[in-house]
Amino acid sequence: MALIELEDVARTFTIRAKVGRLRRERREVRAVDGLSFTVQAGECVGYIGPNGAGKSTTIKMLTGILVPSAGRLRVAGVDPARERTRLARRIGVVFGQRTTLWWDLPLRDSYELARRIYRIPDARYRANLDRCVELLELGPLLDTPVRQLSLGQRMRGDLAAALLHDPQVLYLDEPTIGLDVVSKVRVREFLREINTGAGTTVLLTTHDLTDIEQLCGRVMVIDHGRMVYDGGLDGLHATGQSERTLVVDLAGPSAPIEVPGARVVKVDGARQWLAFPAEDSAAPIVAAVAAGYPLLDLSVREPAIEDVIARMYAKVPIG
Amino acid sequence: MAEYLGERESGVERLRWAVRSWQLTAAMWTRAAMAYRASFALMLVANVLITSLDFVVVVLMFQHTDRLGGWTLPELGLLYGTSAFALGTADLLVGSVDSLGERIRAGTLDVMLIRPAPALSQVCAERFSLRRLGRPAQATAVLAWSVSAVRVDWTWDRVLLLAALLVSGTVIFSALFIGGATLQFWWGEAKELQNSFTYGGATLLHYPPTVFAKELVAGVTFGLPLAFVNWLPLLHILGKPDPLGLPAAFQFASPLAAAGSVLVAGVAWRAGLRAYRGAGN
Repeated sequence: MALIELEDVARTFTIRAKVGRLRRERREVRAVDGLSFTVQAGECVGYIGPNGAGKSTTIKMLTGILVPSAGRLRVAGVDPARERTRLARRIGVVFGQRTTLWWDLPLRDSYELARRIYRIPDARYRANLDRCVELLELGPLLDTPVRQLSLGQRMRGDLAAALLHDPQVLYLDEPTIGLDVVSKVRVREFLREINTGAGTTVLLTTHDLTDIEQLCGRVMVIDHGRMVYDGGLDGLHATGQSERTLVVDLAGPSAPIEVPGARVVKVDGARQWLAFPAEDSAAPIVAAVAAGYPLLDLSVREPAIEDVIARMYAKVPIG
Repeated sequence: MAEYLGERESGVERLRWAVRSWQLTAAMWTRAAMAYRASFALMLVANVLITSLDFVVVVLMFQHTDRLGGWTLPELGLLYGTSAFALGTADLLVGSVDSLGERIRAGTLDVMLIRPAPALSQVCAERFSLRRLGRPAQATAVLAWSVSAVRVDWTWDRVLLLAALLVSGTVIFSALFIGGATLQFWWGEAKELQNSFTYGGATLLHYPPTVFAKELVAGVTFGLPLAFVNWLPLLHILGKPDPLGLPAAFQFASPLAAAGSVLVAGVAWRAGLRAYRGAGN
């Protein structure tokens, strides 16, 4: 069942810029430009792109905060722009940089308000709260005012607040931003449990690719408002034209190695680095090097996903 | 899906839910304010003292004269009491809407928009504080004194009209708060303009219409409906002639003016929210 459907969705903003002393110029900026994708129930999708690529604009359209300028959009069977409050009961939203919790009140009070605002039946509220408290280890924090919580604790508190009403879809806008390593691990574990255990569909934006590697079976890359990649994490390498690196230790310093299918990118004494396309096999290259040079040791390095994506962003023409 | 309660609701149910959302939000802010009890008490006392000075100024003026624009001190007390009560109550209920621009800039309006409750209810109840009871409380005291001191035969029509004007006045000021704040969707600095309508308007209504130029009186009758808050109905209650010579029906039209103001403010709010979300212009 498709839970999120976008068809040719566009969103333009009009920007008024001062030109000269009095004249003002109106300029149209396309933040999202003809975006189409579908997310099935139960998926966990990573949504990434550089700053200003249109990620937040997309999330705001999917929550009903912003109305699309063009195209068709449906979330959990609802048109977000037209039935915002109806949609609100079916989705959970966590903004990494903005809390929905009440600063001066104990964590418990924010949940109590959610129970009333979302009209959650008592039994279900208690069951969901108990589960969140257990998984996120919130027990000792429930009676602490939110302003006294650490960033990691507050993020866990926000996650629970977004899930008490059993949303079908959970949007996370940079859920691990600013968290320490331990907190990140805990948040990821919880999200995995919510996605695979409870079957909640998750769409998350992030700049931390570890989030994606550990959680998402699918990744969508957006740049300049357009989808530049949509598929599995492994497919990213092929699309991004990434290269693997063969690190070779020879018996002594030598001229750059010349073998078919690879090129030397760096030489440091007896050690040389050879780059070759990620989808090619390393075996023939290793064989060629071993046949022609005094080989002592070697290792193959996988491309870093950051580099792959950086290359992907760079490929898209600006304008 | 049946599990989602209240998805198709009637107008009455939606209104009830809007009020309920306001109550829930306001209750949270009241609890939050209790985290700083001492500050709350100090602010409440300061509030009562500062607003009391307003009327002290009027009383001092009457040390030198018996009448102002043909109105006696108890009559001015009625003007002051009704105006301050209406403004104070409106401020208590919806006054926080004037920080809409800050909500937009800080992005907290987005947080309100993802909740299944009307954004207007949430904005109006934001930072709700019972210390704003200071002004209506002080106004009630002045009003009680004026009603007993003024030379009026309190017939049923006068009593009814006084009650109606207090309600209508509160509604008119509430509509001015909301309508004025709505401008902030387009123009970030609109807060000052709105404050001049509401707080400025209330100060204007502390004094009788006879001391102002006719153009101004006409402006707050046919433009911003401030004259309907207390000037016009008090003309009937006190049996005074209308400086503009309008038909007597105007003196009973405050509820209509209130209904009209709510309508305009409601339409403006919807247009503003639509512009913010990007539907239409």
